[in-house]
Amino acid sequence: MADQKSLSMTVNGRTRRGRGEPRLTLADFLREQALCTGVHVGCEHGVCGSCTVLMDGEAVRSCLLFAVQADGADITTVEGLAPDPETLHPVQEAFRDCHGLQCGFCTPGFILSVAAFLEANPDPTDDEIRHGIAGNLCRCTGYQGIVAATRQAAAAMRAGE
Amino acid sequence: MKPAPFDYHAPESVAESVALLDEHGDDAKPLAGGQSLVPMLAMRLTRFEHIVDLNRVDELFGVAVGNGGVRIGAMTRQAVVETDAAVAERVPLLHLASPHIGHFQIRNRGTIGGSVAHADPASEYPAVMLALDGVAEIASASGTREASAAEFFESTFMTAVAPNELLVALRFPSWERPAGFAFDEIARRSGDFALAGAAVGIGTDGQGRINRAAVGMLGVGPTPRRAASVEAALMGLAAADADAAEIGRLAADDMDPVGDVHASAEYRRRAGSTLVGRVLADALAQLRKEAGDG
Ligand SMILES: Cc1cc2nc3c(=O)[nH]c(=O)nc-3n(C[C@H](O)[C@H](O)[C@H](O)COP(=O)(O)OP(=O)(O)OC[C@H]3O[C@@H](n4cnc5c(N)ncnc54)[C@H](O)[C@@H]3O)c2cc1C
Ligand code: FES
Ligand code: FES
Repeated sequence: MADQKSLSMTVNGRTRRGRGEPRLTLADFLREQALCTGVHVGCEHGVCGSCTVLMDGEAVRSCLLFAVQADGADITTVEGLAPDPETLHPVQEAFRDCHGLQCGFCTPGFILSVAAFLEANPDPTDDEIRHGIAGNLCRCTGYQGIVAATRQAAAAMRAGE
Repeated sequence: MKPAPFDYHAPESVAESVALLDEHGDDAKPLAGGQSLVPMLAMRLTRFEHIVDLNRVDELFGVAVGNGGVRIGAMTRQAVVETDAAVAERVPLLHLASPHIGHFQIRNRGTIGGSVAHADPASEYPAVMLALDGVAEIASASGTREASAAEFFESTFMTAVAPNELLVALRFPSWERPAGFAFDEIARRSGDFALAGAAVGIGTDGQGRINRAAVGMLGVGPTPRRAASVEAALMGLAAADADAAEIGRLAADDMDPVGDVHASAEYRRRAGSTLVGRVLADALAQLRKEAGDG
């Protein structure tokens, strides 16, 4: 059995420490030790995007990273996106307004992907939006509401700056 | 869907990395972006006693210009290759191919070295490397060596890099201008692995005659392929007279497609050769634009 490693990383602004075998994925560390159960695990092999988190500001699949690899990194999960408990992030607000979700399983991954996408591309065309969300799968909505939400969030984020 | 246990190593230099690979041989595997290796470990398609994580080996990252081309460290992320200004200017095909790789979240982690070392025949960078006669720099405990793209891709998922070796960097030549470059592929959905794809570069002499032609193809054989018939037909032609669709059809002879659940061999051959014609037309249009501007 491989040795347990001690782990330390910043999750949503707080230092989180834990332990695990090298094969422990970042997704499982975040869910089971940092208790960020908004990190949803769908396929565990990089296809669905539901486990997306921000690592040092970039959207990544947390099921394709081992927790040891994120030692010292700065992680944001859906729990840490909103500025305070009373306020939603503009992307969260837009998903609620535009029916960007039904069952909600895919939603945390979409929200973080869209937040990172709009950071890099604040004024996307509808075609760019569809490419931007192509790495996340949703079995419920048919995507129209998600595209609309992304459009609304883009406008809100531009207006907010 | 959990990988089998392994020992984790996080070397900080190439020397340390190759020493680990040398010590553990077939039981060790380098981990780059993990976007292909980790799914394979999770599905237990493969397992290794020792994982050698390259993510803290600083000397494997980055783009350097020199010696008539660009040298890209193996650990350079696909997202960096996609947006790097020197790559876009000097090796446009890498820039054009990058957005076709998976999704932006994949490219944030996936590396150019990992793409090439993984050698999926439907993958974009291997076809570009082959088209442009790229060179691989390979290190082992006993020294360094080079492999040309033609000798690098041995068969599906098999390359010239031995288990005790490390791919360190890739070198791509920059072309004299004016030149035209284009890349495109056919995929069922955005971000899927391509059913067929083509990377084309065309260069001309002062009189507008084609004196350089590079055509790489993906998804149409057990390895990336070059469309040698298309290249031969283009050489010496006046660029203005080249009938792209007609010449593109010759590519069918350079393919060795494998049918699978995604597309039959015959579909790949027909769609692929039509695609080569279209991408060639785009490259010629690009060339005219550059020659006009220049
Ligand atoms: C949903 C999804 C969609 C994808 N779509 C595409 C696509 O359309 N096109 C495409 O090309 N790829 C696609 N990929 C794969 C992705 O591009 C991978 O990043 C790439 O194939 C491997 O690069 P990596 O850095 O992640 O390598 P890893 O997964 O870490 O490694 C891959 C292999 O290369 C070896 N290796 C890596 N670096 C070195 C080195 N320096 N020296 C020696 N051996 C090394 C590893 O040991 C391993 O065997 C997709 C992946 C996912 C999850
Ligand atoms: S659980 Fe990570 S991509 Fe599906
Ligand atoms: S809302 Fe159910 S999977 Fe997207």
